[in-house]
Amino acid sequence: MVPMLVIVPFFSIIILNLFPRKLMQYTSFICLGFMSLAQVYLVLARPGWFWYKKSELWDSLFTFRYSVDEITLVLLLCIGIVVFISLLAARAMIPDVRQRVNFKNLLLVSLIGMNATVLVKDIFSLYVFIEITAVSSYIMIAMNKNETALEGAFKYLILSAIATIMMLASVSLILLLTGNTSFAAVSTGLGVAGQSFFVRIAIGLFLCGLFIKSGLVPFHAWLPDAYSAAPAPASILLAGIVTKVSGVYVLIRLVTSVFGLDPSMQGLLMFIGAISILVGAIAALTQTDFKRMLAYSSISQVGYIILGLGCGTPLAIFGAVFHLFNHAMFKSLLFVNAASVEKELGTTDMDKMGGLAQKMPVAGISSVVGLLSTAGIPPLSGFWSKFIIILALWQSGRFGYATIAVLASLLTLAYFLSMQRKVFFGKLRGGFENVRESSIGLIISQLILVAITVGLGIFFPLVIPWR
Amino acid sequence: MTTRLVRSVAGLALVSAVISVLIFRLNSPLAAVFELSVCAGLISVIFVTTISFTQRLTPERLEERRKQRFDKYLYLPIILLAVGILLLIFKPRMDFPLPPVPKEQDARNIIWHLRHIDLLGQILVILAGVFGVVILFKEPRK
Repeated sequence: MVPMLVIVPFFSIIILNLFPRKLMQYTSFICLGFMSLAQVYLVLARPGWFWYKKSELWDSLFTFRYSVDEITLVLLLCIGIVVFISLLAARAMIPDVRQRVNFKNLLLVSLIGMNATVLVKDIFSLYVFIEITAVSSYIMIAMNKNETALEGAFKYLILSAIATIMMLASVSLILLLTGNTSFAAVSTGLGVAGQSFFVRIAIGLFLCGLFIKSGLVPFHAWLPDAYSAAPAPASILLAGIVTKVSGVYVLIRLVTSVFGLDPSMQGLLMFIGAISILVGAIAALTQTDFKRMLAYSSISQVGYIILGLGCGTPLAIFGAVFHLFNHAMFKSLLFVNAASVEKELGTTDMDKMGGLAQKMPVAGISSVVGLLSTAGIPPLSGFWSKFIIILALWQSGRFGYATIAVLASLLTLAYFLSMQRKVFFGKLRGGFENVRESSIGLIISQLILVAITVGLGIFFPLVIPWR
Repeated sequence: MTTRLVRSVAGLALVSAVISVLIFRLNSPLAAVFELSVCAGLISVIFVTTISFTQRLTPERLEERRKQRFDKYLYLPIILLAVGILLLIFKPRMDFPLPPVPKEQDARNIIWHLRHIDLLGQILVILAGVFGVVILFKEPRK
């Protein structure tokens, strides 16, 4: 029944668009909300009838070779949560009914693309679904059709197209070298082909493409413009899950299951991770736009995930996947905070803000939770994942990288405290007397994400089984 | 290198036609047909149709474009030279073992029975494209 995660949203797009537009705003909300929450339930409850039972009817009509493991389940959980949050934010942030319905159509396409990306076990199908997610992202970023939105979407389109060419060239080379595209066959075939020049080229091309998709330094040029120019629900989706699935998850999957982690790849990943951590953190310090600051912060935090992946020990990879989940939660929370502020003030320029926590207590308190988790302050969830990555680096003798990871956390704390002082705390600026807490959709989103961040942090030893 | 978009599209169609001939010579007639009909045919028609909706450049812009059209290719000889030198230094091994040629399968069997998920992917990309056109290009009713 696992293919239902892809097939049900697909038929939903077709059926929902048959409704009149006035009715479709409600039916699409109910449908998307139900699908995303059902996905969360299915991952948490793990009913046997869904994960282990095969449907003969669907198998006879539709062949979908998929694989599910713990990493897949973590990503499916992230997708369900962030899509639901983005749906709630769309209700609050997109007043025009037509635009909102269009956004939900794209959200459904994105949902299918991301679900299929984490389920497939074929390198060509992986490429196809990464592109589906990317195409829906381009359109989401450009939705407002103003100059900055079109510029951001165009930059993302061009750099993503370069990534696409690299990945497709790599898939072609891999097919030539191994004669197959399934993960298992590619892994075996690359082992037989050895470390030849073309094997290195194939792996290198795919990795470069994924670095662009993940927004890692030095391929991050598109990310701040895309995140800041996109409408708020699109920013939440992009920052919260799209780059995680189409870049970071694929990197983790291919490196651990297909290409293998040899010393040169470890060195490359750790170097790129460390550079991303530092450049992202330093760039975030200088930003005056709320969303751009969060975008650079994302680059820095994704660097931690790649650093953990490069370390390669089971503890490090566990830390990387855990930080991927945590980052999806606290980054989505921070972007929801930015959406709340943008909705009330009409701007994301931090120099024009001040003292907003007095008028927007939910946004103020939840932003503190988000920032503390990002900076790795206990007892929040971000502390545990960063601690595990740093511990793994230290245990494997990578003291330099461990030190960089710790020092960058201090930089993270610095730019976020600066943001808090400018935006939420201090004296309330003149003209903000009528500002009030944002709509119920954004409040619920913030509360859900705070509950996850705090709950997972406090109950971490109970939630994660130790062996 | 041309200043006129239609000529660029014609060049793209010509390249696609040459590639389809190469693919045909490599014993993949079905892939060659797809390449010719989709890339050299359908895509060129779509491009030309879209260009027909645009306005011509003003004489000043056209002159500016004519002067600058070779600027972006200035680094190409340098890049090609650098790649050639790197290949001479590293001398890549070309004698790696290729996998055995699989028994010939009917392309229809592969597309319709083995690659269902990719067909679904294609439908989704088309759907996404349709949404893109509706969202970005359709004017709202007044």
